[in-house]
Amino acid sequence: MTNISRRTLLAAGAGAGLLTACGSNTGRGGDGTGPGPKLSQWYHQYGEAGTERAVQRYAAAYRKAHVSVQWRPGNYDQQTAAALLTDAGPDVFEVNGPTLDQIRAGQVVDLTDLLQGVKDDFNPAVLTPKTYDGKIWAIPQTVDMQLLYYRKSLLADAGVRPPTTLDALVDAAGKLTTSKVKGLFLGNDGGAGVLGGTPLYAAGLQLVTEDGRVGFDDPAAARTLGKLHRLYADKSLLLGAPADWSDPSAFLQGLTAMQWSGLWALPQVQKELGDDFGVLPFPPDGPHGRPSVPVGAYGAAVSARSGHREAAREYVKWLWVERTDYQQDFALSYGFHIPARISLAHRAARLRSGAAAEAVRLTTEHGQAQPLLWTPASQSAYQDALSRIIKSGASPDSELRDVVRKVSAELDRVKKKP
Amino acid sequence: MSRRNALWFWIFVGPFALGLALFTYVPLLWSVALSFFDAHNTVTPTHFVGLDNYTAMLKDDAFVDSLKTFLVFTAFIVPATYVFSLSLALMVNRLGRARAFFRSVFFLPAACSYVVAALVWKMSLFNGVRFGLANTVLGWFGGDPVAWLSTTDPPWYWLVIVTVRLWLQTGFYMILFLAGLQRIDPVLYEAAAVDGARPGWTVLRHITLPQLRATSVAVVLLLVINAFQAFDEFYNLLSDARGYPPYARPPLVYLYYTALGQGQNLGLGSAGAVILALVIAVVTVGQARWLRLGRTDADG
Repeated sequence: MTNISRRTLLAAGAGAGLLTACGSNTGRGGDGTGPGPKLSQWYHQYGEAGTERAVQRYAAAYRKAHVSVQWRPGNYDQQTAAALLTDAGPDVFEVNGPTLDQIRAGQVVDLTDLLQGVKDDFNPAVLTPKTYDGKIWAIPQTVDMQLLYYRKSLLADAGVRPPTTLDALVDAAGKLTTSKVKGLFLGNDGGAGVLGGTPLYAAGLQLVTEDGRVGFDDPAAARTLGKLHRLYADKSLLLGAPADWSDPSAFLQGLTAMQWSGLWALPQVQKELGDDFGVLPFPPDGPHGRPSVPVGAYGAAVSARSGHREAAREYVKWLWVERTDYQQDFALSYGFHIPARISLAHRAARLRSGAAAEAVRLTTEHGQAQPLLWTPASQSAYQDALSRIIKSGASPDSELRDVVRKVSAELDRVKKKP
Repeated sequence: MSRRNALWFWIFVGPFALGLALFTYVPLLWSVALSFFDAHNTVTPTHFVGLDNYTAMLKDDAFVDSLKTFLVFTAFIVPATYVFSLSLALMVNRLGRARAFFRSVFFLPAACSYVVAALVWKMSLFNGVRFGLANTVLGWFGGDPVAWLSTTDPPWYWLVIVTVRLWLQTGFYMILFLAGLQRIDPVLYEAAAVDGARPGWTVLRHITLPQLRATSVAVVLLLVINAFQAFDEFYNLLSDARGYPPYARPPLVYLYYTALGQGQNLGLGSAGAVILALVIAVVTVGQARWLRLGRTDADG
């Protein structure tokens, strides 16, 4: 308990900017210097205030090694991918993956034994994509999910009920569109990037089947994706907003009545709009449809090029398996993420009421993570096709035929043993 | 004495040659080598695949599309920059007073970074909402806001891409033309006037343009090479956290995603880079032959 109150105090102080000097000191030398080897740990830049100082605090508290934290703005995925090719990369790093090819090329270290005894406490939706060949290659840090925010008052004014099918969403977006406000914001590219496979899951399909084949070689796929073009053709979509989908600004500034965004935006939306908003999953479509929300997780991984692999593994175990107090602090004290540990998610008071509770329910019941076999090459082929379907009105049937061909070839490639 | 000279030669040239070898030739050759391997997530691959990467790249619609994108872009940007910078140069050259002032003003954008300019264009001039500058102007005339970078029909994104580059580079080429113009002997214009050539189009067509031949050749060559290297403004205008749309995607942007994004297919990306380098070499040599590079202005 004293532990928690000290942490709260620190966080409060850091927020007020009083402990700037202290915060930056603890990240490097001084009392943070452990007796063991020097480890470097990379994080991508989180948007929420206080996160950087928090992770430096965790690192400084580790006694068996001297951990220096690097906070990296910019294209983090590209940076780590390049750094992993050299010896100058990080020892421990968070990764939106690792990708299948990173695992197959032996760039990350097997972490299976770190989870011994607690494996079942990790949310299976995000642990599965970190598992290949029965081994675990990264420890999920927190669960992120995306969902549809809508403005209750605007829907009521237009006489529109919160949409529960894709057709209803298309109609609602049309009715909510006026000369000043657009109906729906799916990102400045019209939705191809952020939606990804979500509409396919909502049609009862999937990206890759359990036995590793294309999961959307089905006429229902073309039907569902074709409906997204109607949103664009009806001019109900907000496009070219100054801040993209991941930022709730467009929604908060009243540029759009509904916006697809992340759970991380919830505190800000709640603060600015109070009760005047609700959240929804991507609505189902067709006879086999089901609601769908995408989930994902940054995971902590250890580089195979690290000079201190054992020490790095021990540190990961300490931070992301043993120190549940830090894990909870990381997930909930700064931004808004669901802890990857089921036991922690149940305990978190902030997740028990209102829209947050609804988001947790959607994650548990309808969460779909991108499968590991869905490689970047498959993703870009599919995303190009989706963009052409939505924005250029290309025929969904012929576009999807091409994608199925490319994805099958890619799946054949990765099924071969490296 | 000659040994001393050799020593000085290497002291001055050595560091440069070393840097060139280390940072240009070695990576270049390495990349050529990679293009014959299956190099996913590695720069020291072991699985030799022969020409597979090349056939895959040439059969890839997206790569072929990116080459077409480049052609379209070049077809817009080269003549547009040529005409604009030559016009500016002619106007500034005629100025009696404040010439230095206008020369500097028009040259100033060349000092701006592509990234910064692209962001200004994307976020304030051509954003898609009603308070963007372009949309505000449209609004005065009763037009609806246009999502400039997201509209594919008509392809408004080209307007944004071409104008940002025009703004950035016109001033630089204007300076080249100004230098060319100032080297033209005024006697030629006087002689033309005596012979009854009317100032304006006739003089421009028969005296100014032929006299600017060498400058023009250099300008066009530089413009084409710069267009081939287009990356910054495309990437910063059109990419987002989730990737890049399948239109207006020049070769370098496409290869960047293939090889350096999470794709990390370095073999395939290298094959694309080699193909691109060959295309650039062929085009440049062809162009130089066609435009007879190296002739002086006097040769006409």
